[in-house]
Amino acid sequence: MIYQFFYTITGSYLIADIIQSILPLFIFILPFALFAVWLERKVSAHMQDRLGPMRVGFHGALQTIADILKLIQKEDIVATENDKPLFNIAPVLVFVGTYAAFAVIPFSSAYIGSNIDLGIFFIVAVSGFVVAGILMAGWSSNNKYSLLGAMRSAAQIISYEIPTVLVIITIIMVTGTLNLNTLSEMQTGHFWNWMIFGGPQLGISKFLLIPFMIVGFVIIYISTLAEVNRTPFDIPEAESELVSGYHTEYSGMKFAMFFLAEYANMFAVSAIVAVLFFGGYQSPVGYLGNLLHLKWLIPIEQLFWFTTKGIFFVFVQMWLRWTLPRLRVDQLMAACWKYLIPLAFVNLIIIGLITLL
Amino acid sequence: MKTPEEVFNILKEKFGDAVVELAASQPVDPYIVVNPKEVDKICQYLFDNEELSFNNLMNLSGVDDSNGKVIAGQNGDKTIEGGTLSVYYHIESTKHKHKIVIKASTPRENPEVNSVESIWRHADWHEREAYDLVGIIFLNHPNLTRILMPYDWDAGHPLRKDYKNPEFYHGMKVPY
Amino acid sequence: MALKTEQMVLNMGPQHPSTHGVLRLEVELEGEIIQSVHPHIGYLHRCFEKHAEAMTYPQVIPYVDRMDYLASMYNEFGYVIAVEKLLGIQVPERVDYIRVIMGELQRIASHLVAIGTYGLDIGAFTPFLYCFRDRERILSLFEMTCGARLLYNYIWVGGLSHDLHPDFVRSAKDFVNYFRPNIKELNDLLTYNRIFIDRTANIGVLPLETAINYGITGPNLRASGFKWDIRKDDTYSIYNKFDFDIPTGQGLVGTVGDCWDRYYIRVLEMEQSLRIIEQALDRLPEGDVTSAIPKRIKPPAGQIYSRVENPKGELGYFIISDGSLNPFRVKVRGPSFVHLGVMNELCKGHMVADVIAILGSIDIVLGEVDR
Repeated sequence: MIYQFFYTITGSYLIADIIQSILPLFIFILPFALFAVWLERKVSAHMQDRLGPMRVGFHGALQTIADILKLIQKEDIVATENDKPLFNIAPVLVFVGTYAAFAVIPFSSAYIGSNIDLGIFFIVAVSGFVVAGILMAGWSSNNKYSLLGAMRSAAQIISYEIPTVLVIITIIMVTGTLNLNTLSEMQTGHFWNWMIFGGPQLGISKFLLIPFMIVGFVIIYISTLAEVNRTPFDIPEAESELVSGYHTEYSGMKFAMFFLAEYANMFAVSAIVAVLFFGGYQSPVGYLGNLLHLKWLIPIEQLFWFTTKGIFFVFVQMWLRWTLPRLRVDQLMAACWKYLIPLAFVNLIIIGLITLL
Repeated sequence: MKTPEEVFNILKEKFGDAVVELAASQPVDPYIVVNPKEVDKICQYLFDNEELSFNNLMNLSGVDDSNGKVIAGQNGDKTIEGGTLSVYYHIESTKHKHKIVIKASTPRENPEVNSVESIWRHADWHEREAYDLVGIIFLNHPNLTRILMPYDWDAGHPLRKDYKNPEFYHGMKVPY
Repeated sequence: MALKTEQMVLNMGPQHPSTHGVLRLEVELEGEIIQSVHPHIGYLHRCFEKHAEAMTYPQVIPYVDRMDYLASMYNEFGYVIAVEKLLGIQVPERVDYIRVIMGELQRIASHLVAIGTYGLDIGAFTPFLYCFRDRERILSLFEMTCGARLLYNYIWVGGLSHDLHPDFVRSAKDFVNYFRPNIKELNDLLTYNRIFIDRTANIGVLPLETAINYGITGPNLRASGFKWDIRKDDTYSIYNKFDFDIPTGQGLVGTVGDCWDRYYIRVLEMEQSLRIIEQALDRLPEGDVTSAIPKRIKPPAGQIYSRVENPKGELGYFIISDGSLNPFRVKVRGPSFVHLGVMNELCKGHMVADVIAILGSIDIVLGEVDR
């Protein structure tokens, strides 16, 4: 719909395409990243019995802008021993890997970056860029700590992709489609039509699916926590052990890109979990637009619901970060290979059997 | 529980001349003076004997006795010749709850004491510190290097009474 | 053809967020497994023992504060007891009671820092702030008494520098009532947390024989199962008048003597300290705290080794006096110095992340290691 809108304004497919694809970046991701940094500082502060940023703007709302201004004007330090091409490309690659996932996430029924039939598969594939970027960052920093951090991070992300994919397969089996837009449209109606409550088809299989869907949701939430390197899985950037891991040597704008990429990634995986299990942009209680017979209100409401669900899951991620200690690297791997993967497999088999009913 | 006199008598019987005297006239702790080259055998005996069983080394300190001849040099500094450097061992038994102090004095010009590191691993770092700050050499120590001063400090041993700070260290001026 | 691997030497350098001060750890790794750990110290050496020889006995007290700067009251306590024994003077009863109260409050403050920073090293950010919030209340109690929050110069030879503020007893009782439930909150948040237990149980196990041979004392020795506390076994001041338990490590979630035990002993000791403080506050006698302070402190020639139970272990002062106003030799046996020597033994066979866990559990303060 938005695409049509731009086409009618500009009269050219190409320009409409370009505007539509940079839209999420400027209207959504950057403001979201600014908001998420502020949210993290406030959440952590209140959980630690203190206040957080209070002076810059109302309750510190403009703090992130001040930080970005500071980071932009910092000296860009590149040590002589570093492998310069790799060093410079690494943050860009990490950022690209996370940003590209936004292309197929449906923000509302009116806007989806690219309505391809391969939705989820594309997201899983493109997340591989992040691994390459992290390895490049660790290697080119020419620093034992960074290298250790990068290798651990790569091992962690690659291992935890497996439970993620297994749970995604269960959803695909139940719904029969990879396309995220179709998936969101299927979960229309009220909240009992969401995937976590068994899906839109009413019947015995819906009620049988509920406990296994909940298990699947927990597995994918934990795995995506590990994918974005958040505590308890933040060994790669463990401040007290490796002084910052693979981005120790970065300063200024490049550091800001890593930072931004982390928060964008957090939102991306929260959005994916919301789309897969919690109805995407669908409202749990019906639309105000339907009530008032205003058709143009519905996409805006859907955007609101989508953003709320995403921010809620981001909030839970932050909550976990400030409560739990971190796992050691071998315990992290054991958790993945010995616990999550068998559990995900069993879940897959059971759900597969249920869908045959 | 054994008193210092009883411990002294047991040691004097066993080791004869290596155990020199029991100095108990000054406050507060009485101490047993022993030969520095026999200190490890005596301590091994104290450790192994069932009635004594001194299994805990509380403290090991190096002291510059400063009891030699003081020679006043120019600029108001002094050098000391002759006299002794001592090592004090404070040991106790956690089983019998008694304590004893042992002192080993060596000549200042050639200070050598046998190391007790093989008996109590605790002595490792304390002996390194005594070597570093007072300059006592411990024979049979596995790794006798400086511990608190920089590894390449070659201007002497700071806790000696006649120690004087060097002018420069690696091009940095030492006295403030 | 087999791949030849070399040992990697990792330097956890003087500047590191987790080494509790300026400490350099040279770690030899084979992959992720540690072969040996060599601590290099001396970065904070301030020549305390040389200074002490140039000053009079009372002038040494501010210097003594600065060794273990997280437990200054106890450093002064230990030094003052040694000099008083050498002089042979008795202090009024009120002075003894106040010294015990200050010492036990200091023990709680020091353990709070140890626990909070240990959680921080393991990755739990929040208990650190809760511990420091509680420690602030203790520091304001100290500020009420002598004006300083960290380095007090309060306990003098023969007495104290100031008497207690009139509000002190009431504030201290308020603090005790406020702090007791917080220990339970700390236990819920950190002690029994599954991830924390996974990181610390069965790591860095210290067998009892090795511990005694290496001279380990204090909470670390008690965690290995040995009930040894200088407050009871070699008692000083008036500790024999109070009723308190000595917790020992029992390997509740792992082996006896592992990192979790050393951490848990500190939590239990805080509770016991609260008991002592309550009893002391109830029985605090009246008196004059400065009456027994001698005008000139000139002990007879002799020597003494006296020790107290620092929050970190056995703090010993070996003072040689030659009959003049200045001490001839003051040697401080700091517990952190001794405990750092056992790092190599504890870390063998573990992984790099465990070095931080072990270093945090033996609770060192570099001021005391280097003096």
